[in-house]
Amino acid sequence: MSETLVEVRNLKQYFPVKVGFVKTIPLKAVDDISFTIGKGETLGLVGESGCGKTTAGRSILRLYKPTGGEVIFDGELITDSNITRMRKKMQMVFQDPYSSLDPRMTVEDIIGEPLDVHKLCANRKERRERILELMEIVGLNAEHATRYAHEFSGGQRQRIGIARALAVRPEFIVCDEPVSALDVSIQAQVINMFEELQDKLGVAYLFIAHDLLVVHHISKRIAVMYLGKIVEIADADELNGHPIHPYTESLLSAVPIPDPDVTRARKRIILEGDVPSPLKRPSGCPFRTRCRYATEQCAEECPTLTDRGGGHEVACWVK
Amino acid sequence: MDKEPSFKKNPLSLQIDLSKFSQESFAPATEEEKRQQDVMGESTTFFKDGMRKLFRNPLAVMSIIFICLILLVIIFAPMVVPYKYEEILSVEGRRDKGAKNLAPFTYSELEQKYIENGGTRFPHIFGTDEMCRDYFIRVVYGTRVSFFIGLFAAIIVLIIGMLYGSISGYLGGKVDLIMMRIVDIIYSLPDMLMIILLSVVLQETLQFPSGTFLARLGTSMVSLFIVFGLLYWVGMARLIRGQILSIKENEYILAARSIGAKPGRIIRKHILPNCLSVIIISTALQIPSAIFTESFLSFVGIGVKAPMPSLGSLANAAREGLQSYPYKLVFPAVMICLIVLSLNLLGDGLRDAFDPKLKR
Repeated sequence: MSETLVEVRNLKQYFPVKVGFVKTIPLKAVDDISFTIGKGETLGLVGESGCGKTTAGRSILRLYKPTGGEVIFDGELITDSNITRMRKKMQMVFQDPYSSLDPRMTVEDIIGEPLDVHKLCANRKERRERILELMEIVGLNAEHATRYAHEFSGGQRQRIGIARALAVRPEFIVCDEPVSALDVSIQAQVINMFEELQDKLGVAYLFIAHDLLVVHHISKRIAVMYLGKIVEIADADELNGHPIHPYTESLLSAVPIPDPDVTRARKRIILEGDVPSPLKRPSGCPFRTRCRYATEQCAEECPTLTDRGGGHEVACWVK
Repeated sequence: MDKEPSFKKNPLSLQIDLSKFSQESFAPATEEEKRQQDVMGESTTFFKDGMRKLFRNPLAVMSIIFICLILLVIIFAPMVVPYKYEEILSVEGRRDKGAKNLAPFTYSELEQKYIENGGTRFPHIFGTDEMCRDYFIRVVYGTRVSFFIGLFAAIIVLIIGMLYGSISGYLGGKVDLIMMRIVDIIYSLPDMLMIILLSVVLQETLQFPSGTFLARLGTSMVSLFIVFGLLYWVGMARLIRGQILSIKENEYILAARSIGAKPGRIIRKHILPNCLSVIIISTALQIPSAIFTESFLSFVGIGVKAPMPSLGSLANAAREGLQSYPYKLVFPAVMICLIVLSLNLLGDGLRDAFDPKLKR
């Protein structure tokens, strides 16, 4: 395994939710997650909507102040005092290419903003050259530089967002569902671009998505989240071939396979009920209310991630 | 003989006659030709684009022209017209007692005699008032005063309201709560009462050394500005706070934070430009509202001090002789209407032009 770049240890992100007049209870959006990402490696993070994927990504970048836990980047603990400097090394690509670009700014200013903030360019000429270079990397024409974001299509806008993230030459980018707002045909283009950029620039990604096929395509390792917890983490092929956690099993059984014979033969595992509200988490294992194998032990104690060989970690009592 | 078969083409046939095309017609397009086919509007800066759209709006252009016209008149008319706004008309050093309440473009008996004797007299374009003063120059000065007060009051309100509102909206939480309660307290005060009290007190206490700019403005005007600065910014502050609260939730603000931008930069570069349209329209609307308040205060007797006219005090003075001399009310009233209307239309035009979300 390659050298560790990002290490997330027991990251917790609780939001206070008002119930009644003065009483607040914590909403555990991200509850005690730990993982590592190697240099130039991609970790996929999947889970259904509302399970805390996006919050996890934002907490790692300290866009929210984490309730607990720590993030270590390249051997350095991220704190409030060094975060401005660290933002030069870790960036984010946002989900919605329509709302994540300022409608008042030209493409040149959007991509140039990180350069201005960190004072990376000595003069206007240098800034301009760097912006054009970035635009070329993401496949935009130089003459687009003076246009506004609303003049572009979704795919092009996402390219602008990626160029902005690349401007400071980061080593790590959190991709928060970067393709889920795009057309399927554009999705493929953008994902391939992410891969090319990784080969060329050696950046590491935390690739958040809810589409297992996409994540499997781009990631080296995949983590599966459920109700703010990581329930399974393994190499992409291992997870796809031998899922252990019942939640992963059911997720994988829902992935469409373009072969009618296989589709007819396999059994779809349909989960019953809805995801419990994160305000009323089930005792013990968060998944037990919808799990086929749930036992009494599951209700009493929360399972922790244990290694089942070859870096395949699962949090489950039964399997 | 081997002859190429020739067909006579039916004149009604829609089939393409290939003999009309040479081989070159089917050559692939060159790079340059392809580029010519790119349908892309010419790229402009934000400001240029906005101005172009503004000048395409006929109502906005008309109001710009009208405002420019008024500005020209109030700047240059006092240089052309030989009367002063506080001057009681006289002919060759003798007070002209007959020049009372003259109709537009008429002369008094004394003046007529003077003209018959070969003298020239500048016409009273709007007639004269009940104190034998030229009414046109009084309306011009009144417009000057009203415009000046409206403009400066709007600027004062804008600066204070923008600072207060953006800080309150951006910081949010407890700071916002306390700052907005202060606004509520100021809002709940009866503003007319406050204005009257403040102007009375300020006029008593403010004493400027003579000869300075402030002294020339007059204590009443300065106290008016202070009143606006103290009371009228709350509406603007609330408006901007509301805008910022909604803009703050946009992902591009989060994106700016993830880049590492400081709050000051985020407010300046992202939030304020995005609520620019609201700021422009409410500033444009603030000017007529200030003009109205000034007229009211002039009526109560604590606005502009006589003999300095303002449009409001002129209109109020005209009420007394309304049945005999209706034109004396019409001139200042029409002036107020036109100024207010053109400023409103201009504000609307600016909003349409500078809001990219409204782009068709």
